[in-house]
Amino acid sequence: MDAANYLYLSALLFTIGAVGVVVRRNAIVVFMCIELMLNAANLAFVTFSRINGDLNGQVIAFFTMVVAACEVVVGLAIIVTIYRSRRSASVDDASLLKR
Amino acid sequence: MTTSNSLVYLIALPLLGATILLLAGRRADKWGHILGTLMSASSFAVGLYQLSQMLGRTNEARPVTQKLFEWISVGTFNVDAGLLLDQLSICFVLLITGVGTLIHIYSISYMSHDHDRRRFFAYLNLFIAAMLLLVLGNSYLNLYVGWEGVGLASYLLIGFWNHKPAYATASKKAFVMNRIGDMGLSFAIMIAFATIGTVSFEGIKEHAHHTSTGALTAIGIMLLVAATGKSAQFPLQAWLGDAMAGPTPVSALIHAATMVTAGVYLITRSNFIFDAAPTAQLLVVIVGAITLLFGALIGTAKDDIKKALAASTMSQIGYMILGAGLGPVGYAFAIMHLLTHGFFKAGMFLGAGSVMHGMNDEVNMRKYGALRKFMPITFVTFGLGYLAILGVPPFAGFYSKDMIIETAFNAGGIKGIILGTVTLLGAGITAFYMTRVMILTFTGKSRWDDEAHPHESPLLMWLPMAILAIGSVSSGFLLSRGDALVNWLAPLFEHHGEHKELLSPIVVSGLALAMVAIGVAIAFLKYSRQEVAAVAPEDVSVFTKIARQDLMQDRFNEAVFMRPGQQLTQVLVKTDEAVIDGAVRGVGQLAMGSGSILRGLQSGFVRSYAALILVGASLLIAAIWVVTK
Repeated sequence: MDAANYLYLSALLFTIGAVGVVVRRNAIVVFMCIELMLNAANLAFVTFSRINGDLNGQVIAFFTMVVAACEVVVGLAIIVTIYRSRRSASVDDASLLKR
Repeated sequence: MTTSNSLVYLIALPLLGATILLLAGRRADKWGHILGTLMSASSFAVGLYQLSQMLGRTNEARPVTQKLFEWISVGTFNVDAGLLLDQLSICFVLLITGVGTLIHIYSISYMSHDHDRRRFFAYLNLFIAAMLLLVLGNSYLNLYVGWEGVGLASYLLIGFWNHKPAYATASKKAFVMNRIGDMGLSFAIMIAFATIGTVSFEGIKEHAHHTSTGALTAIGIMLLVAATGKSAQFPLQAWLGDAMAGPTPVSALIHAATMVTAGVYLITRSNFIFDAAPTAQLLVVIVGAITLLFGALIGTAKDDIKKALAASTMSQIGYMILGAGLGPVGYAFAIMHLLTHGFFKAGMFLGAGSVMHGMNDEVNMRKYGALRKFMPITFVTFGLGYLAILGVPPFAGFYSKDMIIETAFNAGGIKGIILGTVTLLGAGITAFYMTRVMILTFTGKSRWDDEAHPHESPLLMWLPMAILAIGSVSSGFLLSRGDALVNWLAPLFEHHGEHKELLSPIVVSGLALAMVAIGVAIAFLKYSRQEVAAVAPEDVSVFTKIARQDLMQDRFNEAVFMRPGQQLTQVLVKTDEAVIDGAVRGVGQLAMGSGSILRGLQSGFVRSYAALILVGASLLIAAIWVVTK
């Protein structure tokens, strides 16, 4: 099977994630969309690793996973805190700096 | 050349007096006037000592120098703060300190009721010190310091009673008009430095022979501008009349005897420049001739006794400037007239002060009359000064003024005839207006206000007047006996030898006396035979009206310089507001405007930020793709 198809799938996943970040209000959904974009990038890295026949892409994918894990920890903590204080998980409501 | 280290005391003593009096404040009120007078008198004593030393030496060894300190030393440009006392300076030193001391004595009594008499004496001492620095400086730069110093002292003293707004304005007017002259002097110094490379009298005199005539002419004209400012000559003469706002002793000392003659000193001192620059010299003569008529004409119409005397001062200095402009033959006569004028004009001003003292400070001569009986000493001293200024033999003016008239006639050609006629005419008009002053003040019927109680002034006031009157009588004879002053000053000037004679001295004297007689006769017919109105008549000829307004000099200055100056200032203010402030404000508004546009992007919605980042990243990738393709 042609390795380029994995890249198409990666692009498709990234686009879905990006659109989700832009159009959805729910912070959890936005967060999941960001995870989707990160994993789309991971898929692309692994595919490049396969195409080039070396391990560079796979190594970077591991780094991405570490970053994603950290991001989940911090991001979820923020979302939970916002929800607790404002009783809402909508990202549009969290605009205190503007006002 | 001789060196000495006692010259500095001439200046240091009055300067010390001024410093003590100004710093001590009210504590010195009791003894300030005595200290001031003593300082001036001791400076006079030092001057006399220097003269006696000088008389004992030969011509070449007479000039005395003293180096005070190294002032400026930049590359090849070296100026020492140094003093030079030569045959010319000593005349001025003795005049300044001698007349100055007499006027100090006079002021003790004249200012005795003034709350600020100490401050007055401080300023007088300051003036004496500055004026001595002016005549003792050995370079134009040192002279310039004294020049500015006397300007300051003059300003402070004209505005001594500055609680009256008109007097404060008069002092400002004098200061501003003097600044124009000062600018001329600074330009002259700059040109001298740029072309000759030195500013000392000695250095310029040495290099004058091989300097271009153009440069010398430029320096000469700038020096003339300086002289017109300080000496109230045409066209910078307008301040002198208003300067009479100062106390009368100030008018006598500064605006008659000494400071206003600084221009004559400057031109005489710069003889090596003017002798090598005929154009500048001609301009000097023209300025002198115009001013001597100008001042005399103003003098005929003034009812204020001090302003009439001020106009006369202007006119007499015109004579001196004219004499100085006639070259080597004229310098000595200009200085002689300066010295005799110092005596008789200071004496007459003190006389005017004495009259004012007895008449409740009334200055309008139409409110005087018949004061001869009440102020006999003032009348006699003033009368002797009057005879001296008229040039009646054997009084002082006869010797000095006739010599200038004679030299003017002998200047040669059409120039000599014009100048001779002008000086003769001036003598006639002088006789007219001075006779008018005498008649209006001392003779006829009394036209006083009811509360006036004229009385003779106290001893401290009439004694200086008497001494100055003796000077008015004898100085001309003493200075001209055996050409004493001419020979004394001769080593300073370069003689060209040839002495043309258009009219013999006796003819000139006869003509001058005839003119004087005509002037006196007209004045007698006009003011002695007819009643004098106590209020100046309004239905007078247009010429009288113009003369009463100082021949329109203020109107002219206002129309030509003041109004355009104000308009220029207005334009500059508007330009400042519109262009410079506008640019600054424009930058601010640009920043605020663009900020308010960009602020719209900061919606506070995380999703719109994310969308922007997405769009930006896409554009960046697209750009990289296009470029690397």
